[in-house]
Amino acid sequence: MKSILPITTVSMAIVILWYGFSVVLNSTWTKDQASRAGVEVTFSEILKDTMVQQRPLLPAPHQVIIELWDTTVNKKITSKRSLVYHGWITLSATLLGFIIGTGLGVLLAIGIVHNKAMDYGVMPWIIASQTVPILALAPMIIVVLYSIGLSGLVPKAIISAYLSFFPVSVGMVAGFRCPDPTQMDLLKTYAAKKNQLFWKLRVPISMPYLFTSLKIGVAASLVGAIVGELPTGAVAGLGARLLTGSYYGQTVQIWSALIGSAILAAILVGLIGLIQKHTLDRMGLAR
Amino acid sequence: MNSTVVMGTESVIKARKLGLVFQTKDSPVEALKDVNIDIEQGDFVSLIGPSGCGKTTLLRIIASLDKPTAGDITVNGMTPEEARLQRAYGYVFQAASLYPWRTIAGNVKLPLEIMRFSKTEMNERVKKVLDLVHLSGFENKFPWQLSGGMQQRASIARALSFDADILLMDEPFGALDEIVRDHLNEQLLELWKSTGKTICFVTHSIPEAVYLSTKIVVMSNRPGKVVEVIESSLPRERPLDIRDSPEFIEIAQRVRMGLRMSHSYE
Repeated sequence: MKSILPITTVSMAIVILWYGFSVVLNSTWTKDQASRAGVEVTFSEILKDTMVQQRPLLPAPHQVIIELWDTTVNKKITSKRSLVYHGWITLSATLLGFIIGTGLGVLLAIGIVHNKAMDYGVMPWIIASQTVPILALAPMIIVVLYSIGLSGLVPKAIISAYLSFFPVSVGMVAGFRCPDPTQMDLLKTYAAKKNQLFWKLRVPISMPYLFTSLKIGVAASLVGAIVGELPTGAVAGLGARLLTGSYYGQTVQIWSALIGSAILAAILVGLIGLIQKHTLDRMGLAR
Repeated sequence: MNSTVVMGTESVIKARKLGLVFQTKDSPVEALKDVNIDIEQGDFVSLIGPSGCGKTTLLRIIASLDKPTAGDITVNGMTPEEARLQRAYGYVFQAASLYPWRTIAGNVKLPLEIMRFSKTEMNERVKKVLDLVHLSGFENKFPWQLSGGMQQRASIARALSFDADILLMDEPFGALDEIVRDHLNEQLLELWKSTGKTICFVTHSIPEAVYLSTKIVVMSNRPGKVVEVIESSLPRERPLDIRDSPEFIEIAQRVRMGLRMSHSYE
């Protein structure tokens, strides 16, 4: 309960700052309109106008909240105007990409930990893969996959997996390498097999690393799915909302899609956090 | 000087001219040189010496955790590696090194799981060895919930659980305070008497070595060598106050002399 005060303080500060910027940024348009009409505007009129513009440079927080409410609660979830509908499209690609990415990341980590050649041969490529901007890569992945008949969910999931396997593989390599020499020697004295060493020591000791990697991975998956939606012609998904919003100057829509995806990411990370807490509690590792 | 093999008893551990040279970046380090030892069935042998004398290294070679670079060694008449693969010994490390994500019972079960014991057998054995080290009732505690002495007892229980004939112990009580140490020494003797195991015990405490051992191997450093092997004349039945007996003091004296002769303080 001690954390409530600092959290509210920070949130309040952000909201106040946001309102301040809304006023400053949107006032230009108000003044332009006024000078074109040849009228003088008072400060209170400017203040009032910057809060309710149709296409504000920076929508005020309450405009975004109203838009969020309107497009989630007040629309049928099957409607193309529903943020829940678009959110689900993105979420499904995110989850599929996250599963593929996590699986790939863990498999690579297993290979790297057990095989010197893989350690030297594959690790540099894994790191290089992340230095290529995903925005440049995404359209090519979509085009290539389309030519072999894949479109829709799968290409987005693959882009999402491309971003999420990295934190998982790097994190799990570190996790699997955690055991200290005595812990390894102990199993050696039991003449344990390699797979027993893996399951009895490397896997449990790497659990804290796994959850940290999954949290980063799932957030990266969401970014990947959204990026994957941009070059597809913006049919559906949070990425599409962002894109159509920017086509038509619908800044309120853009910001509500942004906040929507932030909320989605927070929920996903929070869920993994819950599983983490439960698992580590049971393992006696959460003190 | 070396005790010859007594009729009818077979050396459980036997080393001849054993040597180990570690290759380090600047120069090779001779950890062990020309080490001869014979450990018989049911012996309680202490390896004592200053730090860096290779006593832990010798124990690790017996356990096949390190490989010698010279000489011969057999454990149960086999190479140490063969003996390890046959699970001939239980090893107790300096630190208890319990796995923190396993409960006490879970830790004791670890070797049993690896050796694929049946579930009922596992539970029986866990109960038995935890009883033996007086840790009944702590099965479901995690290691961090136990004191250092209790953790080390749990690690001894773990080494006993699969009932190997040899117990190798590397300064198991080194990090514990005197009172706990006395107590655990007593319990270890009891355990040794009741199980009839062959124990090889590394220590740097003279009273501990004299109190526990039937045979004390005194080692020197640079290079690690065996200086003297002292057969204890103390009876197997040893109450704690035996440490005030003239006999005890005399043996301790001999160990101290052996250490002093061999040990340079440069």
